[in-house]
Formats: sequence, structure tokens, C-alpha cells
Amino acid sequence: MDLGFDVVELPAPDHPEEGDRAPDFTRPLVDDEYWENTALSALDAPVCLVCHPMDGSFPATYIWNELRDRGFDNLGATVVGLSISTPYAHKRFIEDHDLRGTGFRFFSDPANGVAEAYGVTNALDGMNGVVEPRPATFVLGEDLTVQYAWVAREHPELPDYDDLEAAVVEAVEAGAVADAD
Amino acid sequence: MLRSAYTGLAPIRGMSEPAITLYRLQACPFCERVVRTLEEYNLSYRSRFVEPLHSKRDAVKRESGARTVPVIVDERTGVTMSESANIVTYLENTYGEEGRLAPEAAAAGGS
Repeated sequence: MDLGFDVVELPAPDHPEEGDRAPDFTRPLVDDEYWENTALSALDAPVCLVCHPMDGSFPATYIWNELRDRGFDNLGATVVGLSISTPYAHKRFIEDHDLRGTGFRFFSDPANGVAEAYGVTNALDGMNGVVEPRPATFVLGEDLTVQYAWVAREHPELPDYDDLEAAVVEAVEAGAVADAD
Repeated sequence: MLRSAYTGLAPIRGMSEPAITLYRLQACPFCERVVRTLEEYNLSYRSRFVEPLHSKRDAVKRESGARTVPVIVDERTGVTMSESANIVTYLENTYGEEGRLAPEAAAAGGS
């Protein structure tokens, strides 16, 4: 993105890298009908975990419109979002962005503990007391092993969707091979 | 884990699937009444929260035929039930001290 001026650089993140085991967590997971405490480790692998700015922000809209339009729900992975927004806001987000029927679900983490555990926090200038995840994507295989990790270094910066899609496809294929063994 | 349903631990999906699902609304006193009873009998349950607007509660209607909460679905007995007073009575008759599936009776009789 060339804006003709420097965008804000974020501090270097300290996040789980490829081959690491991602931190497990349990948070309310919201679908188009209800929310329920769910452990990340209870989801069917591979999991595509997408941390995003709060629902209503333009990066959240861009990211999820893109994942929807690219058909990430048809890749064979479990696709879940995570933001500091409440379950009520996630429900609105699913409706407003035409995500019903995609199977995309959203973790609600208002206290931002997951982003802290993953080392991907972003304290928002001008919004005192509000800290949220920076955009970050993780593809997790069995046992939450990180197969792909990307974390924003600038504010704003959006995921590289081609890389993410390739990583998800690779993880799905690796899982299929493992199942066949 | 024969008696995992009675450990009273917070239910985590994929670990010990609780037999009881409670559809509830945040801050709904009728729902909290059912929660108190579940805890009194040390029953493991999963909570599914729905929204205040009745029109947003299709999942509840599919289970019980109505859009009111609380609703419990008890896979152990095959019972699905609305109305907190009815639910409390059901839990008492099923899992209370004299209930037919009281913890001691259930443990003695297997899963």
C-alpha cells in the first residue's frame, strides 16, 4: 500500500511461529444462532484463526468480506475469527456481512487475554483503555501446531490472502494424508 | 469416564461432552433459577446463549417448538423442556436425592 507517507509501525510481535504449539483457550464462540464456551483445541483441525480489529472497524469488514468472497468456508478447514467485540456484536457482524451459512464463527474476547497470550496486542491510540488484537492469522494443525503465522507490522495492515489460502489448502491436504495413513 | 457428567467441572466441548444443554438468555432470572438447580445437583451442562429478541431464537424453536428460554435438552433421558418451574421439577425428580437418576443410583447402574 503506497500512500505517499509512512504509516504507523507496530512494535515487533512475539507470537507463536511455525512448528510451535499455539496457546489453547476457551471463549464464547458465536455462530449465527447462539454462543457457547468452546476450546480452540476442540475445533476440527486444521483451524484458520483470524484475529481482527473490533467488529464495525473497516479492517474487520475488509477481512471478512474477502474471506467470504474467496470461499474460505469451502476449503475444508474450520475458520474462526477473534476480536474484543461482544457476542451480541458478533451476531450483528455475521448478519450484516452476509456470513450466515458460511460456517464462520467468532470468538468473543473483550478482555483481550487471547491476544496477550499470542503476543499480538494493539493498544488503540485515542481510545483509552481499549487494547485489541492486531490483524493476525494462524493456520493450526493437529495439537494446535502452528503451520502458518502472519501478524500485522503496520497499522493498518491486512493479511496476505493468497499466502493464507495456500497455507490452509496445504494444511487440509496434509490432514487428509495423515487420515489416510 | 463413567461419572464424568457428575464432576461439576466447567464443560469444555470435545473433552467431556455434558449430557445437558441449557439454552439461556444473559441475566434472565428464570434461566438463573435453572442454573442454580443444575449446580445444586452437581450436574454438568453446556450453556448456549441466545439473544433477547424472540425473532432471533430459531435454534430454541427447533429444540422446543417455542421461542422462550430457558430450555434444557437432556440427552441422558431424551427430555427437552421449557418453562423454568417445569424444568426445576424435572431436575428434582430425575437427579434429586429421591430422583430416579440420583448420582448414587446412576453410578451404581452404570453410565
